[in-house]
Amino acid sequence: MQLSRNDLLAAYRKMRLIREFEDAVHEEFSAGNIPGFVHLYAGEEASGVGICMHLDDRDAIASTHRGHGHCIAKGCDERGMMFEIFGKKDGLCGGKGGSMHIADLSVGMMGANGIVGGGPPLICGAALTAKTLKTGGVAVAFVGDGASNQGTTFESYNLAKVWNLPAVFVVEDNGYAESTASVWSVGGSQAARAAGFGMPCTEVDGHDFFAVWEAAREAIERARNGEGPSMLHVRLNRYYGHFEGDAISYKGEGEIERVKAEKDALMLFRNRVIETSLLDAGDMDAIDREVKERIVQCVTEAKAGASPTEADLLTDVYTSAY
Amino acid sequence: MPKKSYRQAINEAIRQEMARDERVIIMGEDISGGMGAPGEQDAWGGPMGVTKGIMPDFSRDRVLDTPITESAFIGCAAGAAATGLRPVAELMFVDFMGVCFDQIFNQAAKFKYMFGGKAVTPLTIRTMYGAGFRAASQHSQCLYPLFTHIPGLKVALPSNPYEAKGLLTQAIRDDDPVIVFEHKAMYDDEGEVPDEAYTIPFGEANVTREGDDVTIVAFGRMVNFANEAADNLEKAGISCTVVDPRTTSPLDRDTILETTEETGRLVVVDEAHPRCNMASDIVGLVSQEMFGALKAAPQMVTAPHCPVPFSPALEDIYVPGVARIEAAVRQAMGKGH
Ligand SMILES: Cc1ncc(C[n+]2csc(CCOP(=O)(O)OP(=O)(O)O)c2C)c(N)n1
Repeated sequence: MQLSRNDLLAAYRKMRLIREFEDAVHEEFSAGNIPGFVHLYAGEEASGVGICMHLDDRDAIASTHRGHGHCIAKGCDERGMMFEIFGKKDGLCGGKGGSMHIADLSVGMMGANGIVGGGPPLICGAALTAKTLKTGGVAVAFVGDGASNQGTTFESYNLAKVWNLPAVFVVEDNGYAESTASVWSVGGSQAARAAGFGMPCTEVDGHDFFAVWEAAREAIERARNGEGPSMLHVRLNRYYGHFEGDAISYKGEGEIERVKAEKDALMLFRNRVIETSLLDAGDMDAIDREVKERIVQCVTEAKAGASPTEADLLTDVYTSAY
Repeated sequence: MPKKSYRQAINEAIRQEMARDERVIIMGEDISGGMGAPGEQDAWGGPMGVTKGIMPDFSRDRVLDTPITESAFIGCAAGAAATGLRPVAELMFVDFMGVCFDQIFNQAAKFKYMFGGKAVTPLTIRTMYGAGFRAASQHSQCLYPLFTHIPGLKVALPSNPYEAKGLLTQAIRDDDPVIVFEHKAMYDDEGEVPDEAYTIPFGEANVTREGDDVTIVAFGRMVNFANEAADNLEKAGISCTVVDPRTTSPLDRDTILETTEETGRLVVVDEAHPRCNMASDIVGLVSQEMFGALKAAPQMVTAPHCPVPFSPALEDIYVPGVARIEAAVRQAMGKGH
């Protein structure tokens, strides 16, 4: 399978949309316009997009607290997401969930998650549904390096393996869990852990869309063909703090600037497609402009959107009358 | 007396106990921070900076950053407590108890009883609770009623900096497992806190206001709201007693019963969901023990029976506030108030 021109344009647009979305949330949060906690995905775009491009509506993903990028990559509506982050009634979750709980099951997005390690067991469930109902679906769990140490994650590896579930575990290793370095917190290696559970693991440079896309294709095909779960260990970097407000003092001098200058996912993508004459700069510049406008519009509308009211407080707790 | 924040009071209690007893260690996720990282060490001191500065003074041997693995490290703290250390483990948000609850309620809580009295488990778990922070459904719950339900656990809810230091110090010196609930909206609250170490005994309520008409029993952050309501009501000619039980387990039943007997009216304020919470517990206690002394039906002011919503518009209605406490007191007073 090859990436068509349209695929490339779509991939670039999604990555740009995520970047623009996160930069806008960063600004709005800094200006005091967004309540609560937000964890931004800027810098990690190639991972979510490179993986989700292989997925369709049969497939499910489970995300993390750093969920905006996964949501966009899986097809959540960015306007509804922005409303949600602002706590507005027209948000994807009616303003009840917020940044850490954005979800849209209709596009197979099983939720960002406030609980580190909350996603992998759920993905076993989605994979079990796909297997039992023979939908041909695949389920993908995004797991941070920190979350890779949770018992729930290890248990899910094992369950997925022994039930031969169509699951993929994507360890997005951005080097840190809050202020704690993954070189310290992760005993052994992700690949050795996967091997311990009898799963293949591919290590991939998460700044390189094409590398992620290729590795994900194999893992997802394997799952779809009934050949069981596997792991992707994706190394990448986050550009902002753990959450907005984090001073990031634990990172090395110039660490983020270096990554931005040398390995930025959007920059690498542009260089590659221009060098290989797959796309022109003009194609991508047009996308940049369109996406920027789109995000400005989302923010403006979200700010002006109506808040939920008291009548909404007690709805949605149960399915039946209570 | 020097003024200190709730945050400083907790930090000071930990330091003083670590200095006093070398068996006291602390552990938690980013409890110091920067572990293995190239930049600043002690970068966090927990997410709210509560434990910042302790590691440089006591070393990483006694201030243990953990991977994100609550089941293992909370259980580790329980095991270490049963074998000779006095660990103070931080469960960052009480909502994360779901990941490690077995180690708390099946293991630590039951050692003493199951082992015929032979075990001693001086485990302290500090944890953050409460709504009002726009932190949404998985970072805002109260959950102390769940811990209160379990025999073998003790549960403390400091409502101000003085209590934060005294109750935490007692928790660390206590030979039973204790969960100390810190309200995330109170870390910057200031109050008088002695420099020297002191303990506040468990199961002894503090009566913050004395009045004739209504007894308000409130927990944790709600004590402050109850005090404010009582002050407002005083101006309107309704005088309230406010009781801060300080611990839900053990519970100072005597003070609750005596003060309610004096006023004949009871309002309980509890930030937890309404079913099987402290409010229903206290109302049950009072109804059973002194039904005849009640002049009006007891009132419960609680959060509603729904998860904590994210939207500020909803969360502000969700959290029990001063106005609702005043309304409940007036309801207890009956017509004309
Ligand atoms: C069970 C649980 N423990 C702790 C936390 C607090 N917490 C939120 S995010 C985070 C770090 C997660 O690190 P990682 O999995 O590497 O993801 P990243 O933030 O780097 O994307 C922690 C400790 C939580 N939300 N849930």
